[in-house]
Amino acid sequence: MANADCVVIQGSNMAECHPVGFQWVSEAKARGARVIHIDPRFTRTSAIADTHVPVRAGTDVVLLGAIINHVLSNDLYFHDYVVAYTNAATLVNEDFVDTEDLDGVFSGYDPRTGTYDNASWAYEARADTDGEIQEPAGDDEPESRTRARAAGQELGSYGAPLEHARVVRDETLQHPRTVFQILKRHYRRYTPQMVRDVCGIPEEQFYEVARAITDNSGRERTTCFAYALGWTQHSLGAQFIRAAAILQLLMGNMGRPGGGIMALRGHASIQGSTDIPTLFNLLPGYLPMPVAGEHDTLEDYLSQIASPLQKGFWTESPAYTASLLKAWFGDAATPDNDFCFDYLPRLTGAHGTYQTTMAMLDGEVEGYFVVGQNPAVGSAHARMQRLALGHLKWLVVRDLQLIETATFWKDSPEIATGEVRTEDIQTEVFFLPAATHVEKSGTFTQTQRMLQWRHQAVRPPGEAQSELDFFYELGRRMRDKLAGSTDERDRPLLDLTWDYPQDEHGEVDGEAVLREINGSHLTGEKAGELLSSFTQMRADGSTSGGCWIYTGVFAGGVNRSANRVPRHEQDEVAAQWGWAWPMNRRILYNRASADPQGRPWSERKKYVWWDEEAGRWVGKDVPDFPVDRDPSFRPAPDDGGPAALAGDDPFIMQADGKGWLFAPKGMVDGPLPTHYEAQESPVDNPLYAQQRNPSRLIFPRKDNLWSPSGEEPGSDVYPYVFTTYRLTEHHTAGGMSRWLPYLSELQPEMFCEVSPELAQEVGLENGGWATIISARSAIEARVLVTDRVRPLTIAGRTLHQIGLPYHWGIGRDAVVEGDSANDLLGVVLDPNVHIQESKVASCDIRPGRRPRGEELLRLVSEYQSRAGTTAATAHERVDEVPPEMARRRAAAGAPGETGSTSATADTEGTG
Amino acid sequence: MARKDSTFLGWPVLRQLATGDLLGRGASVTSRRTREVTPRTSTSDRVVQSVCPYCAVGCGQKVFVKDEKVVQIEGDPDSPVSRGRLCPKGAASEQLVNSPSRQTHVLYRPPGGTQWQRLDRDTAIDMIAERYLESRRNTWQELDSKGRRVRRTMGIASLGGATLDNEENYLMKKLYTASGAIQIENQARI
Ligand code: SF4
Ligand code: SF4
Repeated sequence: MANADCVVIQGSNMAECHPVGFQWVSEAKARGARVIHIDPRFTRTSAIADTHVPVRAGTDVVLLGAIINHVLSNDLYFHDYVVAYTNAATLVNEDFVDTEDLDGVFSGYDPRTGTYDNASWAYEARADTDGEIQEPAGDDEPESRTRARAAGQELGSYGAPLEHARVVRDETLQHPRTVFQILKRHYRRYTPQMVRDVCGIPEEQFYEVARAITDNSGRERTTCFAYALGWTQHSLGAQFIRAAAILQLLMGNMGRPGGGIMALRGHASIQGSTDIPTLFNLLPGYLPMPVAGEHDTLEDYLSQIASPLQKGFWTESPAYTASLLKAWFGDAATPDNDFCFDYLPRLTGAHGTYQTTMAMLDGEVEGYFVVGQNPAVGSAHARMQRLALGHLKWLVVRDLQLIETATFWKDSPEIATGEVRTEDIQTEVFFLPAATHVEKSGTFTQTQRMLQWRHQAVRPPGEAQSELDFFYELGRRMRDKLAGSTDERDRPLLDLTWDYPQDEHGEVDGEAVLREINGSHLTGEKAGELLSSFTQMRADGSTSGGCWIYTGVFAGGVNRSANRVPRHEQDEVAAQWGWAWPMNRRILYNRASADPQGRPWSERKKYVWWDEEAGRWVGKDVPDFPVDRDPSFRPAPDDGGPAALAGDDPFIMQADGKGWLFAPKGMVDGPLPTHYEAQESPVDNPLYAQQRNPSRLIFPRKDNLWSPSGEEPGSDVYPYVFTTYRLTEHHTAGGMSRWLPYLSELQPEMFCEVSPELAQEVGLENGGWATIISARSAIEARVLVTDRVRPLTIAGRTLHQIGLPYHWGIGRDAVVEGDSANDLLGVVLDPNVHIQESKVASCDIRPGRRPRGEELLRLVSEYQSRAGTTAATAHERVDEVPPEMARRRAAAGAPGETGSTSATADTEGTG
Repeated sequence: MARKDSTFLGWPVLRQLATGDLLGRGASVTSRRTREVTPRTSTSDRVVQSVCPYCAVGCGQKVFVKDEKVVQIEGDPDSPVSRGRLCPKGAASEQLVNSPSRQTHVLYRPPGGTQWQRLDRDTAIDMIAERYLESRRNTWQELDSKGRRVRRTMGIASLGGATLDNEENYLMKKLYTASGAIQIENQARI
C-alpha cells in the first residue's frame, strides 16, 4: 500500500479499525499519494484523506459503475493490460441477456427459487472444438447447488471451473458480444447525474474521484483500493467487491505494486479461518464440502472442481484432495476406497449460521459450541440469537470472560421484557475458560495472507485451556467412548489420525499440527520428509497435507511462520518475516506486473520480470507463475492445467488465465455487478423495477419483519437510514474489550451519531438519550450530535443517516454495557457468501430512553402496525413495476435515452 | 541534580535553560519518582515474540514475563507490518491476560438453574463428550429425504474461529467433520 499513488478507501474506516495498518496509507500519502475516503461518515480516516466523499449507504455499485462507465466511454482504461490480461476480448455466447434489457434480472433467472441458471452467461465456444469438449459433470443442474455451497466464498481465491479454455477472442474489442462491449452497455446508464441522485455525491466530487483514479493508473502509476465490512455486509456485498475488481482490472492495477484491492479483515485470524475454514461449505484450502446427489463419488466431486482441460492450478485438485484425506484418515485412506471420501458428511443446502439459528428455534439443534464469539450481541438480529440459545439442549461457551452468550439465561433483555423466564430455559450451559494469545503457541494469518507464529509466553491460569487442547481432549474421549464400536457411522472418528505429541503439562504441540497441515511425503525415498511446495502433492496417496495452500510453511522442516528477520535487515517486501501463502508470495498474480513480453511496465513499478538470459522469472517477490515459462509460450490446444497457461496468462488460478471483468461462473447473482437497493431503503431503485437483489437470501418469518421501502405505504414510519460500525477501542461484540478497564474507560457508552439537522428535526440533545426503533426492535443510546454525519440530498430530497457502533450488550459482568445495535437488524443475506446486511437498514429515532419491560414490546409492535409490515413485506423476489410508476419512468425517458445523456455528460466531465 | 531540586536553581524554567531542554519535555521536568522507577520491561525474566490478537493487521508484540506472569506487552519494533506500533487495543492486551474478571474456572448451569455451579474441568469435558455422542445418535441422518447418502448430524453446531489459531481451527474442522457435524461457522461469515 505504501507504494500506491492513489489510495481509495471505501467501505472501511481504516484509521480507526486498522489503526496500525493505516500507517502505510499515511506513508503513501507522505510519498505523495492521493488518499480518498468514500464513506457515509466523516471519520479519522477522512481526516487524513485528501478528500472525503459522503455516500448513501448501500449505493457503492452506482458510484463504481459510473467510474467504470467514465473510464470506458472516454478511453481511459489501460489498453495493453486490458487486452492481454483480462477477458475483455473474450466473446460471450448469444443467449446472454443483460439486466438492462430485462429490467433488473439477467438471463437464466428462475423467479420461483430466486436463483440463476448461469448457462447463458458462458463464453462463446470455439466452433472447431464443439463436440469434443469435456463438460464438467452436472453442469446443467440448477444453480441452487452452487448457492448451497456459498459459492462466492468458496471461490474467493480462485476462479470458477470452466469446461475448457478454448474461447473466442476479438482483440480489437469491437465485436458486440465481447466482454468489453457488454460492459460498456451494462454501465451506460451509470452517469454522474445518477451518482448525484442515488448516492448523494455532487457531480464535481464524482469527477474529482474519477480523475484521481485515472490520473494515478497506467504504466507509471498504480491505485489501490481498500475495503472492509462496509462492502461485505450487504445483500449484494460480493458484487460491490466485483465492481471494484472490474475497475482495477480496467485500470491495470491488479498484480502490481501499489495496486490491488485490500480486504481489511477484522480479526486476528479471520483470513486463517477461511483458509482453514470453520465454515460449513468449505474444506481446508478452499476445496468445497461435498454435496449430496452431486458429489456422491470422489470422481464426481473432482470433476466439478475443475475440468482437466481448463487452465491453471485448480486442475491439480485431485492431489490436494487426496493429500487432505490422507492427512485426516491416515492408513485407512487408500486409492481403492477413494481415500475415505465417503467418510465426509454431505451438504443438502445452506447450513450457515443464520439458517442454523432458525433451526435452533425450530428445535432441530441439540448442542452448540460457541468458541471465542458472542452471538448474543455480535450477530445480526441478536434478539433472535438469544431466543435460539434457549431452545438448545446444551451449550458450550469457551471464552476468557463471562460474555452475554454465556449468561443469556439470566441476563438477556428478553427476561426483562418478560418474554422468557430463567427457570423455564432448559439449556444446560457449560462455560469453559480459554487461554489468551500469549498462553499458547500457534499461527494467525493476517489480512495479507501472512502466517505469523506466536511463541507461548506463559501457561494458562487455573483451568483455562487452549482450543487446541480442549478439542484434542474432546476428540480423544469421544474416540475412547466409541472404541470397539462396529457401527459403520463411527468409522470416520475411529480412523481419524488423532495422535499429537503433548508436553509435560498435557499441552498439544502446535507445531505438530502445523506440520500435518503442511504435509509430507508418505512413500518413496523421501518418506517422512515435509513437503516444500504443493506442486509435490500427488493424487495417488503418496503425500499428505491438511491444507494445500499452506504447504511450504514447514519446508525443509523449518517453521517458516516463525521467521523474524528484523525489518531493518531486509528489503521492503520483507519476505523473511512470517510466511505468506501461497509459497511466501506477497503479491498475488504478480506476473501482471510485467508486460506481455515480460518487461516491467515501467521502471517505477518494477516488481517481477522475465530474465531472458537466465530463462526465468525473477524480481522482488516469488513469481506467481511457472518460473521458467517464456512470455511467448503458447500451449497446445489439448493441454490442460498449469501446462495450458500461456506465457501471458497471469491469472493462474482462473480457468482461462485472465482477470474476469465478466464472470461467466462463480457469482450466483449475476456475471456483472448491478445496482439494487438494500432490503430496507427509503428510495426506489432508479434503474429497474427490480428493487432489491432478486437472488438475495430471504427468510419470511414473523420474527424477521422489514420496513416498507421507497414509495410503498408505511415506509415513512421508519424514515431514516442507519449504518453500524466499530470503534478503535472495542472489538466486535466486546468480549475482548468491554471487560478491560482501559478500553472501557476510553469508550464507555453506546451512542448514536446524528447530524445537527436531524437533531433539530426530532429534538435530540447532544449527550442526552435517544431511542432508535426498527421493524425488529428498539434500543437506546446516548446522542452525539456531530457534523461527521451529513444529511444527503437524494433525488432532491433530504435523507438522514444515523451511525451506530455495535460493541455493547446487556449482561451484568462486563465493565461497561449497553443496548446492542444488532438487535435492530433482521436477517437477509448476500447469496454468494451468506453474509448478512448490517450496513444499512431503516429506523426511526426519537428523544428519550426506551421503555422498559413489556412496554418495549408494545412500542415495537405499535410501529410495526403503523407501517403495516407483515412477514410478506420486502420478501418478494421479483418486483413488478406499478403502472403509475411505469408511466412516470416513461415520462422521464426510457433506459436507452438516458444512456445517450450519459455520453454527453462524460465528455463534459473530462473537458 | 537532586540537591538542586530544593533550591531556586531547581526551578523548572532554569532547569529547562540549563539542560537545553527548551520545550520542557525532557530531563528538566523529570521528577525524582520518575527517575527512580525502572521499567517493567528491563527487569523481566524473558521477552517472547507474539502477535496482537485483535484485528487482522497482525502487529508484532513483545511479551515481557517475570516470575511466570506477563508484566507488559509492547509493540515489536522489528516487525515490518507494525514497526513497533500498537493501537489502544493492542496496547491494552496485557489487561486481556491479567484482567481481574477473567474466568479461570469451569462453570456449569443445569437446565432450569438460576445460578452457576463449579464443575471440575475433567468432569465437564467428559460430560460434553457424552452429550456430543448422544446428540449425534439422536439426530443422525444416514440418508436425506430424497434417499441420498448424507451420513451426518444436524443436531450439533459450532460458531467461532476468527480469533483462534489456524492449528485450532484445523483440529476443530477435522473433528467436527469426522463426527458428521456440518453446521460449523465463524465470524468470517458475519
Ligand atoms: S492510545 Fe492513548 S497513549 Fe496511545 S497514542 Fe493514543 S492517545 Fe496516545
Ligand atoms: S495493535 Fe491494533 S492495529 Fe495492530 S493488530 Fe492489534 S488491534 Fe490491530
